[in-house]
Amino acid sequence: MTSQEKSWREISPAGVCWKPSTEFLTGDWKTYKPVRDIEKCTRCLLCVLFCPDGAIHWKPQKEDIEFDYNFCKGCGICSNECPTKAIEMKLE
Amino acid sequence: MPNEGYRNEAGIEVRVKMKSIVKQEVLALNGDEAVAYAAKQSDVDVVAAYPITPQTIIVERFSEYVANGEVETEFVCTESEHSALAACLSAAVTGARTFTASASAGLALMHEMLFVTSGCRAPVVMAIANRALSAPLNIHGDHSDTMVERDSGWIQIYVENAQEVYDTIIQAFRIAENQEVLLPVMVGLDGFTLSHTLENVRVLPDDDVKKFVGVRQLPEVVTHEGKTVPFKLDPENPMTMGPIALPNYYFEFKRQQEEAIGNAANVIQQVNEEYAQISGRHYGNGLVDTYCLEDAETAIVCLGSTAGTVKTVVDELRANGVKAGLLRIRTFRPLPVKEIIKALENVKAVAVMDRSMSFGGNGGPVFHEIRHVLYDVKKHPYVVDYFYGLGGRDTSPIQIGKIYEDLQRIVQTRRVKNPINNVGLRE
Repeated sequence: MTSQEKSWREISPAGVCWKPSTEFLTGDWKTYKPVRDIEKCTRCLLCVLFCPDGAIHWKPQKEDIEFDYNFCKGCGICSNECPTKAIEMKLE
Repeated sequence: MPNEGYRNEAGIEVRVKMKSIVKQEVLALNGDEAVAYAAKQSDVDVVAAYPITPQTIIVERFSEYVANGEVETEFVCTESEHSALAACLSAAVTGARTFTASASAGLALMHEMLFVTSGCRAPVVMAIANRALSAPLNIHGDHSDTMVERDSGWIQIYVENAQEVYDTIIQAFRIAENQEVLLPVMVGLDGFTLSHTLENVRVLPDDDVKKFVGVRQLPEVVTHEGKTVPFKLDPENPMTMGPIALPNYYFEFKRQQEEAIGNAANVIQQVNEEYAQISGRHYGNGLVDTYCLEDAETAIVCLGSTAGTVKTVVDELRANGVKAGLLRIRTFRPLPVKEIIKALENVKAVAVMDRSMSFGGNGGPVFHEIRHVLYDVKKHPYVVDYFYGLGGRDTSPIQIGKIYEDLQRIVQTRRVKNPINNVGLRE
């Protein structure tokens, strides 16, 4: 617990969020981290669709995908769904 | 019935202006009908409910008001009590005035949602026609259903008669929706003894009730977008209520609820006094109702309709020179600690009446709390427990008289033979 956390007198009732969910970085929950083999990846974007946290983004300028490790919880669904086995889950 | 004023529990004279009392009609209503009539007059936006004896008449009557176009309330028939309270919670967090009713197994099925409702600070008002819990199956009155929910974060008020339940339902909206409180309120009326018994009930005119309950006001909160908006779910100003709070915040939210229910003690007293101004009726100070306690040596503490029987016995004892008194706990949550101490600190022996069991708990829940409060009194009285009326068993004035005899014996011998007793049980 840090001193930046608010007291019960300062917070809104009923747990009303005072910060957007994007400010709560949940990426530090993970044990395994997805690592991609660029050679094997066909950019089919199945991982983007399957990621339950929306933590894999398609970047049109780069014509490539990008993992957002601030929100990836390391569930491994992307690795499981990848048709070319291009995503490996590695211990952080 | 006081017309010029009364002394509240703090000893302060409350003046009631005769001319402020409105003309009232007398209707023959049973307790359930009185609840429905009060809800009808209280400008309720949403009622979601599921029937269960002995509460059924409440929502049955209310659905008739809806069918006849006498109210503009949205009536939601649900498939279970869990869903009924989920619907009420959802309505209440959008800013709607919300009402429901239940009892026994129905309330037990709501258990999970009771905590979500109080945690989301949704001011739902719910009438409970108190009934025993199965097994064995029993549809009659006792306090087993609401006593197990005393830690659910709801305000709990227990009434003595049909008139009080009518008055209390109207007051409950004011208490629940107060911005310093914002908590749901449970109003308990004894199953059958009150729910199904016809009484003369003085009802206020519709306009006066509407004026008394007013329009629901909402406090302002800051959302995740940084906007300060009214505390309600609204697509224009989205907010998240009751989301995950991990070990670093959950405790703080619970502390807020404790503060709110503490604030309710003052609000209940204010509403009780304000209501007396228009109706001429008050119930003690709203928290406790005392009877002949000023010089009492022995006292009974009870909840609900039993207080009526006890008052009759106290009158008889007083006529014979016995200094007997009664403390009726009207508001059980928040527990009126100061008032209980003030009422009982000079009494020599106290009998607490429990209409529900706490198996293996060394006495019933009301006994636990009264004895716990009196621990802080220097020369505290003897406190003994009496289980009674389980599953609707009748408790007679003769049985109450015997309790007072037991108390007198304790005072004389300075010895408690049986701290925990059963009234009318076949041994």
